[in-house]
Amino acid sequence: MSEQKLFSFRNPWFGASVGVTGAIVVLAALAGLIWLPLLQPDLKISGIWDAICSAAGVPRTVPQSGTQQPDFKTSNVVMTSEMLTHPDQVSIGRGATLAQRCAICHGPQGVSDANSPNLAGQYAAVTYKELNDFKAGARVNTVMSPFAANMSNQDMLDLAAYYSFLPRVPSSRLNGSASAPQIVITGAPMRNIAPCGACHGDIDNKAGSPWLGGQSAVYIKAQLKAFASGGRRNDISQQMRNIARQMTAEEIDAAALYYEAQP
Amino acid sequence: MLINKRLILAHFWLAFVVFGVALVLGAWQMFVRSPLNAWHFNPELYYRSVTAHGSAMGYVFPTLIAMGFGYAITESALEKPLVGTRWAWAGFALVAVGAVVAMIPVSMGLASVLYTFYPPMIANPFYYIGVVMVVVGSWIWVALMSINLTIWKRENPERPVPLAMFANVAGSYLWGWTAVGAALEIIFLILPVALGLKSTIDAGLARVFFSWTLHAIVYFWLIPTYIAYYTIFPRAIGGRLYSDAMARITFILFVVVAMPIGMHHLFADPQVGAGFKFMHSVFTGLVALPTLLTVFTICASAEIASRLRGGSGAFGWVRALPWQNPIMLATALSLVMLGFGGAGGLINMSYQLDTSIHNTQWITGHFHLIFGGAIVIMYFAIAYDLWPHLTGRALENFGLMRAQLWLWFIGMIVTTFPWHYVGILGMPRRMAFYDYANPAISPQAFSVAISAVGGLILLISGALFFVVLIRGQMAQRSEAGAYRFSVPVHLPARIPVALNSFGLWLALMVGLTVVNYGYPIAQLLVLKEASVPAVYVGASR
Repeated sequence: MSEQKLFSFRNPWFGASVGVTGAIVVLAALAGLIWLPLLQPDLKISGIWDAICSAAGVPRTVPQSGTQQPDFKTSNVVMTSEMLTHPDQVSIGRGATLAQRCAICHGPQGVSDANSPNLAGQYAAVTYKELNDFKAGARVNTVMSPFAANMSNQDMLDLAAYYSFLPRVPSSRLNGSASAPQIVITGAPMRNIAPCGACHGDIDNKAGSPWLGGQSAVYIKAQLKAFASGGRRNDISQQMRNIARQMTAEEIDAAALYYEAQP
Repeated sequence: MLINKRLILAHFWLAFVVFGVALVLGAWQMFVRSPLNAWHFNPELYYRSVTAHGSAMGYVFPTLIAMGFGYAITESALEKPLVGTRWAWAGFALVAVGAVVAMIPVSMGLASVLYTFYPPMIANPFYYIGVVMVVVGSWIWVALMSINLTIWKRENPERPVPLAMFANVAGSYLWGWTAVGAALEIIFLILPVALGLKSTIDAGLARVFFSWTLHAIVYFWLIPTYIAYYTIFPRAIGGRLYSDAMARITFILFVVVAMPIGMHHLFADPQVGAGFKFMHSVFTGLVALPTLLTVFTICASAEIASRLRGGSGAFGWVRALPWQNPIMLATALSLVMLGFGGAGGLINMSYQLDTSIHNTQWITGHFHLIFGGAIVIMYFAIAYDLWPHLTGRALENFGLMRAQLWLWFIGMIVTTFPWHYVGILGMPRRMAFYDYANPAISPQAFSVAISAVGGLILLISGALFFVVLIRGQMAQRSEAGAYRFSVPVHLPARIPVALNSFGLWLALMVGLTVVNYGYPIAQLLVLKEASVPAVYVGASR
């Protein structure tokens, strides 16, 4: 058996197997890279080389003229799950001083009953992104926008670090035994609504999603309605707008009241 | 002659213990997401369980079976002791420790990424490190199989390599090459992110690398089953193998075309061009060839055995087969499941047909029918056949074995047929919760409930399997004699060098990989701004 050469065209097995495999490759490539793309009228292919590039998946640059620019400002903050998770003490101290001008609405300890968001214990990345969006005009609010307009990037980092440093305080409407509504636990798969808890705590927390426990129900409702109507548009990739548009009024109420009663 | 019986038994026992645990998880999953369960649990537990079930059933269980069976084949087919026993034990230890290292973060909820990893989801690094340890342990086995074959060939230059060993080494080479894709993905793309050195990942490239592994891994699981078809089944029913050459060509075809076809798992992914998806689809079609050859050869071998026993007529010989023999029963049931599963697979590999069932429960049904059904039932058969030789104690309760095999077959059909059906109705896979009260989903509720019952039947069959093996360990000692493989009708004295060696086929395998994967991978490697932020599972809770 050893006298026969394996890699030699005298060996019929070598010739046949390499030949058949090569023929299949060539035929499959001709069909997949040239013939099939040319058959598709929607592809608008200009020639054989264009067909090959298209079928091979060569990235093409989209002509700028064709892209639509939104007529409103979009957020320029890039969120990652690691972002601002290691604040330094000096930053927290500076944030505490800066926060004095926020106290009138957000409370001296970051908690208030004024139906403005409670910031104590909020993720730093979340507070930072919202301040940034107010400053950039991606999110608009009569009261907040002027405050944010004059803040430096360092101010925003400091405030975010300070509020995330403050301990969460249970809401005055705390009710730990309240059972979670369907929309929080399971969402509504048929309407493409992920469970609230999948991003906002309870089940999991995703980068950029605020902690909602103890937030005012009035505030949560107002934001969901603003997302649904398009009044607020600084959510990443329309995540919240797509969800809020699909939610019923009852689901919005249930989610808002549930989160208000959470620690 | 089996010398390192403890080594082989250790592989089989660990494999089956892992299988038993994963089987319980699987049955639980079938139940909790069915309408039989009122919804009252954390869906995260479901994904934890799916990850554990998939990792155990996909990586640990079949790898250990292939390794243990491979060592058994080496010693009995080559009729000499295994070379490198210490290395074999080291490989076993790596697989065992790796399985534990991977399962700890999974059970803590830090690695619920499912066994296919799904970047940009990123788990605790120890999960990936554990999986890598399992793979490295199995690569030791790949090397040992090659070394043992080389030594034997040097000592026996004029004899053809025994079929069982030829097929076994083919399987080990296939695995050695196909595991490279997932290894590249883990080491170069996932681990740097899991260890915190990077916070973004090129998920598209990672999935292309995984597809390199994802399809041929199934053929790696399948090879022990095919070895059992060709080298155990004809002997066990008192017949002969119809064709030795056909068997070798089958395993060679698996080596050559099982691997460069994985992109049919990416039909719905945007990062690969349609032309390459088509080429992979063509080669996926070719993989049906060795299976068709096998079905023909095995049926012909069965007919030979039957006619030797006095069977006659065009189809009458089927009745004369030794149906009371568990190996006969297992092979027949396995081929039935392979037939249905294979037909479903032809739909998955067709670019257009796939769009209607992509990412639905059809897919889950398909791979359970092929792997859990056709393949695993032959793992049972291999254990039943090999056990008396390993333990020196006879397995005598054929009735119990047949009941176990029948229950496995029935359970798998009851589980997977409704699963396929709800997939056609559009039920998505990888979800913990379905709102069966919703009018759009409620028509699926009955089928899902039936399939959960199938899971229960499988659990009972699994329990019976352990009863058979444990009773076997406690039975009276009796000498089973030397372990032998089937003899072909025409025993070849000389065979062409191509059918007796792997050089040519490995060259074709690597060449086809370069043709089918080279450009897509190179293009994604140079593409800038293709990375997305990683999503750390279980982070910042």
